[in-house]
Amino acid sequence: MKVTTGPSGESYDDAAGYYTPGEPIVDTKAPAGPIAERWQTRQFEARLVNPANRRKLDVIIVGTGLAGASAAATMGEAGYNVKSFCYQDSPRRAHSIAAQGGINAAKNYKEDGDSVHRLFYDTVKGGDYRSRESNVHRLAEVSASIIDQCVAQGVPFAREYGGLLDNRSFGGVQVSRTFYARGQTGQQLLIGAYQALERQISAGTVSMYSRHEMLELIVADGKARGIIARDMVTGEVETHLADVVVLASGGYGNVFYLSTNAMGSNVTAAWRAHRKGAYMANPCYTQIHPTCIPVSGSHQSKLTLMSESLRNDGRIWVPKNQADCDKDPRDIPEEDRDYYLERIYPSFGNLVPRDIASRAAKNVCDEGRGVGPEVDGVRRGVYLDFADATQRLGKDAVASKYGNLFDMYARITGEDPYSVPMRIYPAVHYVMGGLWVDYDLQSTIPGLFVTGEANFSDHGANRLGASALMQGLADGYFVLPHTIRDYLADGPFEPIAEDHPAVVEARESVQSRIDHFLSVNGTRSVDSYHRELGNIMWEYCGMERSEDGLKKAIDLIRTLKDDFYRNVKVLGAAETMNQSLEKAGRVADFIELGELMCIDALNRRESCGGHFRAESQTEDGEALRHDDEYAYVAAWEWAGADAAPVLHKEDLVYTAIEMKQRSYK
Amino acid sequence: MNLTLKIWRQPDAASTGAIHTYQLADVSPDMSFLEMLDVLNEQLNEQGEEPVAFEHDCREGICGSCGLMINGEAHGPEVTTTCQLHMRSFSDGDTITIEPWRSDAFPVIKDLVVDRSAFDRIIQQGGYVSVNTGAAPEAHSVPVPKDDADRAFNVATCIGCGACVAACPNGSASLFMGAKITHLGLLPQGQPERDTRVVNMVAQHDAEGFGGCTNIGACTASCPKEIPLDVISQLNKDLRTAIRHGH
Ligand SMILES: Cc1cc2nc3c(=O)[nH]c(=O)nc-3n(C[C@H](O)[C@H](O)[C@H](O)COP(=O)(O)OP(=O)(O)OC[C@H]3O[C@@H](n4cnc5c(N)ncnc54)[C@H](O)[C@@H]3O)c2cc1C
Ligand code: SF4
Ligand code: FES
Repeated sequence: MKVTTGPSGESYDDAAGYYTPGEPIVDTKAPAGPIAERWQTRQFEARLVNPANRRKLDVIIVGTGLAGASAAATMGEAGYNVKSFCYQDSPRRAHSIAAQGGINAAKNYKEDGDSVHRLFYDTVKGGDYRSRESNVHRLAEVSASIIDQCVAQGVPFAREYGGLLDNRSFGGVQVSRTFYARGQTGQQLLIGAYQALERQISAGTVSMYSRHEMLELIVADGKARGIIARDMVTGEVETHLADVVVLASGGYGNVFYLSTNAMGSNVTAAWRAHRKGAYMANPCYTQIHPTCIPVSGSHQSKLTLMSESLRNDGRIWVPKNQADCDKDPRDIPEEDRDYYLERIYPSFGNLVPRDIASRAAKNVCDEGRGVGPEVDGVRRGVYLDFADATQRLGKDAVASKYGNLFDMYARITGEDPYSVPMRIYPAVHYVMGGLWVDYDLQSTIPGLFVTGEANFSDHGANRLGASALMQGLADGYFVLPHTIRDYLADGPFEPIAEDHPAVVEARESVQSRIDHFLSVNGTRSVDSYHRELGNIMWEYCGMERSEDGLKKAIDLIRTLKDDFYRNVKVLGAAETMNQSLEKAGRVADFIELGELMCIDALNRRESCGGHFRAESQTEDGEALRHDDEYAYVAAWEWAGADAAPVLHKEDLVYTAIEMKQRSYK
Repeated sequence: MNLTLKIWRQPDAASTGAIHTYQLADVSPDMSFLEMLDVLNEQLNEQGEEPVAFEHDCREGICGSCGLMINGEAHGPEVTTTCQLHMRSFSDGDTITIEPWRSDAFPVIKDLVVDRSAFDRIIQQGGYVSVNTGAAPEAHSVPVPKDDADRAFNVATCIGCGACVAACPNGSASLFMGAKITHLGLLPQGQPERDTRVVNMVAQHDAEGFGGCTNIGACTASCPKEIPLDVISQLNKDLRTAIRHGH
């Protein structure tokens, strides 16, 4: 079925008029040849930098999450002169700290048939064949070393009685390859990377700039050469120059306002780079996580994730009859319950991938069978029930596996999940889109590298559980330090002066934005704009998107943007800590990103992974992909504030894997 | 609920601060404490008064950013972080006093925000295992007894929030430091540097102006991660051993 053909057979482009077609784009760094040899080949071909020269090379790394802290520590150990930036007061507080469930690695410790190839295969398939094959293979290859590294750092992973590491299985996967530290794996991994980073700070190879926010990228003579950052305590606008810039600034899920991301997570670093020439790839790919605590009211500022490891033992259901929805769930007999995932997807049951679990929950709630409090006239919640697990394993075993999650749930909702089934609902959780990078993790701006959630390459249209942590650490510990060498082998680059036009331009752009926000003196708070943007995005660019909805969203966002610049109210001064000013800059960038996300979603008239287009579904309502037309990465080029963005397509070529329609039935 | 809020306002480190009083209506018991402050800030912004600066990020009790003295207690009346404290712990008509962490080693930056970078400098003095990337042995080559790994995990959950310091009459950071010493001391990977770690971290702790521990226990009582008091005994034991070894 050809969807880009209109009713009378004419060719048809939903996004026509919203973008300009551009030249195709290719990744020139991935070596040819058998997939299992590409990474070795690239490491060998990447030129070396003599240890004595490394000291003379300045590396800026923005972000201290798993991707940034691991890269800064490793580059510091190698002897480069590293400057590390984060907006929090300490690198240890980066958003990675919140990851709960675990990290994958192809160790095959369970002898259950795991291998590098299987991890590679599962990840490409899980990403709905929209990730880059060679990147994903490399990720699977280095995964085992990540565990070795973290264990050596003292990360207290879960262990078995024999003293060896324990594993569990995680959403959408049939082998046990997930390493975990109770429900706080991200915390322990980040503390490991943070400690390695602090060790380098003490050794003098890394200078740490915490409470600093990057607000602009400096691109001089075609190369990324530094950043403009604001000291968030003194308000001083600082220039930092370097030979290379790495963005490890995390994901932009907060464009939706309500998400599981940390409140400060933002797109500014990436968006400013985008405006300077870095392409933004697949921005509309948003992962909606199925197991979050439902919204309780309009004051809500963020949503809390319950680790999806809960799906290993919890059973998901809603009442069969709408009339039962406000009853105490314990009074609803077995025969009146609909264990809908087990019913529709018998072979994966409650462990279907996230996009499928999320949409299924939305569907039953839209049918009117949701549970929990009514917010805006709909009950948005489904039960996650541990009654069977408690009978089978005993309450103590359930408590020892999930105790901290149960406590968290009880604290937030005021309900006891040991006696009443938990309620969950999907929420925005992770973005697969990000700055376009080649196999070396270099963006379209020479000298600008992008790692972790901020880049686009490894997860396709849907990220499998426990693979973001793997990617962050793979990029930072094992990939970037090798690929960046090849670029730095041409350095040190000609020093640039602080009065170089590119530096002056970047500083002025930051200053004028600050001055603008403080001078508007309108009537609406920054947060109120952020909420409104979030509502538009969730409504029209959330779990299900349609041509009409997306066009409407673009109009709404354009109006919102206009109003924001004329009517926002930011009090306080520039030369001090000013949290409203910080938020204003972030929301301004989110608004522009939001528009691009809608345009990207409009262009992609197919359903794949986290992107569900209403116009592209099978007869029984499953996502329908169109490999013949959309097996490409959409890489968007900024063309100016008043111009339509330019769409460059990178064809996705699979040589080691056959593209198949995903089926979990 | 309707509340009276008494909040410490201080424009910057150099200025003197003072308590300001605000009235807040229609607070829902389901709000978190920080959401309540969000609502207050919206109200202040509307009235043309600069919003109250306070720190937060994850709002899930894990990043350690948030931290306030609420009615004189670090993180307030429950054993949790400020972001996980909910308004159902308060009653209609309550007066709530909100101040920043109290400690000389944590100077106030603005309003409720303090500088906790002393914690990072303590970690820099040895709160790590010296292993370079790529130099690690195969993970299964060093088994760790499950009980040790579990206990190491329990104490490694410290979020570096600083409540222990704020609660301590001496302003000691011994609980924070003891948690890290115990975490790494329980694992085989942490042994080679065990003596130097404790000696250097303790020296930095004292240099930062944190006070000495006199076993009062206010730290562990207010720790949102329930780090047990015996990590401080472990810290002292490690310190004595290191000194005996000639450090
Ligand atoms: C609740 C939750 C649970 C999760 N659980 C899992 C899991 O179990 N397994 C898994 O694999 N993944 C999980 N994820 C996803 C995973 O945690 C993230 O994708 C990953 O940690 C991102 O790491 P990062 O290093 O790319 O970015 P982050 O950790 O987000 O770090 C971003 C860094 O950039 C800095 N920064 C950003 N902008 C600027 C700027 N303008 N100037 C200066 N600094 C800036 C920040 O200060 C921060 O240091 C989870 C995510 C959430 C929200
Ligand atoms: S020991 Fe407890 S109170 Fe102290 S910093 Fe750690 S988590 Fe916070
Ligand atoms: S905001 Fe992260 S612990 Fe409270």
